[in-house]
Amino acid sequence: MAHIFFDHISTTPVDPRVIEAMLPYFGEKYGNPASHIHDLGQTALRSLDAARGSVARMVGAQPGEIVFTSGATEANNLAIKGAAAGSKDRRHIIVSEVEHFSVLNALLPLRASGFETTVLHVDHDGRVDPDDVRKAIRPDTLLVSVMHANAEIGTIQPVSEIGRIARERGVLFHTDATASAGHIPVDVEAIGADLLTLSAHNFYGPKGIGAIYVRKGTRLESMLDGGFQEGGYRAGTENVPGIVGMAAAAEIAMAESVGWADRLAPLGRQLWDGLEASIPLLHFTGHPKERLPGHVSFWVEHAEGESLLLLLNMQGVMAASGSACSSNLRGHDEEDLVASTVLKAIGVPSDICTGSVTFSMGKDNTGADVAHVLSVLPAIVSRLREMSPTWLDYQKQQGG
Amino acid sequence: MAAGPYSEKVMEHFMNPRNVGEIENADGVGEVGNPACGDMMRLYVKVEAGKVSDAKFRTFGCGAAIASSSMLTEMIKGKTIDEARAITNTQVSDALGGLPEVKIHCSVMAEEAVKAALDDYSKKHPG
Ligand code: FES
Repeated sequence: MAHIFFDHISTTPVDPRVIEAMLPYFGEKYGNPASHIHDLGQTALRSLDAARGSVARMVGAQPGEIVFTSGATEANNLAIKGAAAGSKDRRHIIVSEVEHFSVLNALLPLRASGFETTVLHVDHDGRVDPDDVRKAIRPDTLLVSVMHANAEIGTIQPVSEIGRIARERGVLFHTDATASAGHIPVDVEAIGADLLTLSAHNFYGPKGIGAIYVRKGTRLESMLDGGFQEGGYRAGTENVPGIVGMAAAAEIAMAESVGWADRLAPLGRQLWDGLEASIPLLHFTGHPKERLPGHVSFWVEHAEGESLLLLLNMQGVMAASGSACSSNLRGHDEEDLVASTVLKAIGVPSDICTGSVTFSMGKDNTGADVAHVLSVLPAIVSRLREMSPTWLDYQKQQGG
Repeated sequence: MAAGPYSEKVMEHFMNPRNVGEIENADGVGEVGNPACGDMMRLYVKVEAGKVSDAKFRTFGCGAAIASSSMLTEMIKGKTIDEARAITNTQVSDALGGLPEVKIHCSVMAEEAVKAALDDYSKKHPG
């Protein structure tokens, strides 16, 4: 059976070169960088420094501006809560409504402690209007946080413009580059970011390791009490194998990601055109041009998202959905099933018959994978529609 | 078989749903929906000599909803009206080998659909 992974936005396979780079750091080079008087500790410390250099170069930063974390969730929490804790009298934060939960939910305790927040709406393509950012900035605004690219709908935000506006007004700018880094160029200077979130497993590195770029001079309070690792921003013995793996993934991405994007963009186009031609009542989501390469997202009428994914899986195609029915199968009651906030934000009706799908290709996908998906999906959609009472009604309405 | 989050029985019914379709001149039709996820089930029943002689469904919904609909139609066929009415969502989900907690409401939709279809039958056939 086919085995086609079209869910790279949730995670990516670890590149074999990354695994190879990591392996010695478990059983052989297991030293703790904090205990660097002896050889093993010294080896770990040097590897840590080198890794910091690689990750810094990937985003155009200085090595001293990279703080390793357990992943993007921790990095986003540190950006939002750390900046808030470091603020003297600025008590207002601006975010977009399509941010990841680790940004949106990090605001909850801040609101409870007296911070005010502005949540910016996005347009139908999922984009923030930089002008809205300008208008929302107040004298007491501390931070603007708008992601670089959205995982679910692929839309790339006008971060450089937003960064420029924030800079002009003396406001910190954080961007979550989890979905974009390693796939499209991410440069802290071009973006004008003061804080930027990275996640290794989203660009062929291991899970459990990420980083935050902290522009020199940015006031940020650490959230963990402990030792003085990571410049005092993040206590705890460093995950050396993970960090080495992240650095190896960063080096690979720097050398190869332009080539990946050049190959994936036309494959995405091919998939887009094929779907458009073969499935009626299908609506693409996200910006048609300003989007991640190889990312195609859409919803179809009269076929539910979870059912679509189950049938795709039976054909060897693994993808994601933002439909309520597929949202949280390990929850405890139906309250745990909620349609994606991103889809709501761009106006996809959640109360009628919608099945949303996100296809995200990776560097190892091929044209044959696209062809396979195009050969099975129309039949899957028809099959579910044939079973749906709403489709029957729709056809009667059409007089067919 | 790749089962994902469901039991094999659920997947078997999801992949090969029984009794999909509609019954022309059905004796009772019940339609229930779940506003939380936008799902909908329509059940058609044929009643002969006080028993459900045929049942067909159309469902818009998740794997559990489709499997529950399919299982339900199997369970009510041949039952008296009272017996069919007495079927609970727990019986449907048990027959499917259990459902994830968040998916229990999908089997509730099946239970409600029988009641709605039989109510419709009673209304159309008073006495
Ligand atoms: S029908 Fe929506 S969760 Fe089952």
